[in-house]
Amino acid sequence: MNTSAIPMKTPRDGAPPEALSAADAVVPVATEPVGLTAARRRLLMAGFFVLVMAVWHFAIVLLQVSPLIFPGPLAVARALVELFQSGEIVKHLGVTLYEILAGFAFGAMFGLVLGALIGQSALLEAVLYPYVVAFQTVPKVAVAPLFVLWFGFDTTSKVVITATIVFFPVLANTIVGLRSAPRDQIELMKAFTASPWHVFRMVRLPQALPYVFAGLDIGIVLAVIGAIVGEFVGAQAGLGYLILQRNFSMDAAGMFAILVVLSLIGLVLHSLMKFIARRVIFWTDAFTDLSRGA
Amino acid sequence: MNMPLTPRQAQAPAFGFQRLHKVFRSKDGGDVIALRDVGFEVRQGEFVTVVGPSGCGKSTLLRILAGLERASSGTVSIGGRAVTGPSRDIGVVFQAPVLLPWRTVLQNVLVPAQIQGRDIKVATERAMHYLALVGLEHFATKYPGELSGGMQQRVGIARAFVNDPMLLLMDEPFGALDAMTRETMNLELHKLKERTGATIMLVTHSIPEAVFLGDRVVVMSPRPGRVTQVIDVDLPHPRSLDMINTDRFGTYVSGIRANLNAAGGLD
Repeated sequence: MNTSAIPMKTPRDGAPPEALSAADAVVPVATEPVGLTAARRRLLMAGFFVLVMAVWHFAIVLLQVSPLIFPGPLAVARALVELFQSGEIVKHLGVTLYEILAGFAFGAMFGLVLGALIGQSALLEAVLYPYVVAFQTVPKVAVAPLFVLWFGFDTTSKVVITATIVFFPVLANTIVGLRSAPRDQIELMKAFTASPWHVFRMVRLPQALPYVFAGLDIGIVLAVIGAIVGEFVGAQAGLGYLILQRNFSMDAAGMFAILVVLSLIGLVLHSLMKFIARRVIFWTDAFTDLSRGA
Repeated sequence: MNMPLTPRQAQAPAFGFQRLHKVFRSKDGGDVIALRDVGFEVRQGEFVTVVGPSGCGKSTLLRILAGLERASSGTVSIGGRAVTGPSRDIGVVFQAPVLLPWRTVLQNVLVPAQIQGRDIKVATERAMHYLALVGLEHFATKYPGELSGGMQQRVGIARAFVNDPMLLLMDEPFGALDAMTRETMNLELHKLKERTGATIMLVTHSIPEAVFLGDRVVVMSPRPGRVTQVIDVDLPHPRSLDMINTDRFGTYVSGIRANLNAAGGLD
């Protein structure tokens, strides 16, 4: 495809490559614009989705994979429709969403508060941080049965597990963020007789926000994992519980359908977080590059 | 022979140093003498420039005056009172504009007023007045990210003026700007000074800048930093950029350069 307005001298046009002189190189060559229009990009994305689905479908058909092991896209779509038509999913979706959001809220709150305290004081960091790191190195999945033992099969244990997973990335990013203020910015504040509280409120806190949002963004995605892990260990409702149920009845397509729902939840929550972040920390656009502690 | 050079000058010195020493402990445990026996006084309304090569302690001198650093010995006083820490009477400008990107231009200029709990209505009027003086009255609601480097530094200057400080301290305020913007900024600062009658100490390593702006130029030599010369610049006010090409201006510049070369040279 040649969209160039200027006739180009290329080997394709018949001339051998040797015929290109140094002077030709100076002629600006019109090329395809780098940024695609929104409509074309959407079309491309839809086309690629169809392609992936088609490859998936025909791979299953041609390789004669049993639908009990790996269902095709059509079977998954059917299971997804059934899930919503029967209304079965509504209750479980509600339970899991509650666990995710409540766990995220508690974990993020504790992460923010403790992060703000540790970020303010080197003494607190020396005393507290070793315990925080020790706690973080224990795999939460391994502790999950304990939480179920302590808090029961109800949603409370899942909220606690989710909160412990969300806690650390929020904490770590808050600490780093509160210390990210440039030295001369703080010096300038001091030269204008700012108190430590002024420095915190006017410089350190806003400076930390992009990091905090990076932590929250990691946290909200991890919260989905936390809730499901909790439900795997022992639950009476929720999407994780539903996955296990489908697993016991050898319903692979049903399991895939729930996985689709789960990844959609993660996607929506992540987009929501990004949406909020763009409005709160409008002066920077690179908050996702600042992630740490996942 | 310190002649009065501005109409608003008074008898008491605006600030002064006496037998000032500053020693830094270096990482390997040795002592580095940053300032040795520095002493001079500056009158109210005077514009004094401090010129010297990097490492001559001129920035340290300014930081001590701003209360951001302590002298090892000797005294520093502003308006007759010893400096013990940052003072409400001082405005500062650093080499980088150091604006807060989440605040508009006007909100940035108001930072010192908010810190010192001043009446925000009055301060806003003053902020707009100084923004107009630096030619940015139409940019009050813009964010720093939308401004050029020179414009950002002008915001920093308006911010330093907003509390009407007794003393303005500027540490290489135009060091990061290109040569043409720098000349324009020098002229603007000179005009601002003529209009406000503020007492200003400006630290620079540009000799022409020091001569153009200064009523007096304090020349410092490096390691250990000490004052080698204090020169009264007897050029007429208001100054214009044409003066830079005159013989008298050139004599001041070459005189200072010769002094610095004799003392170890400019970097």
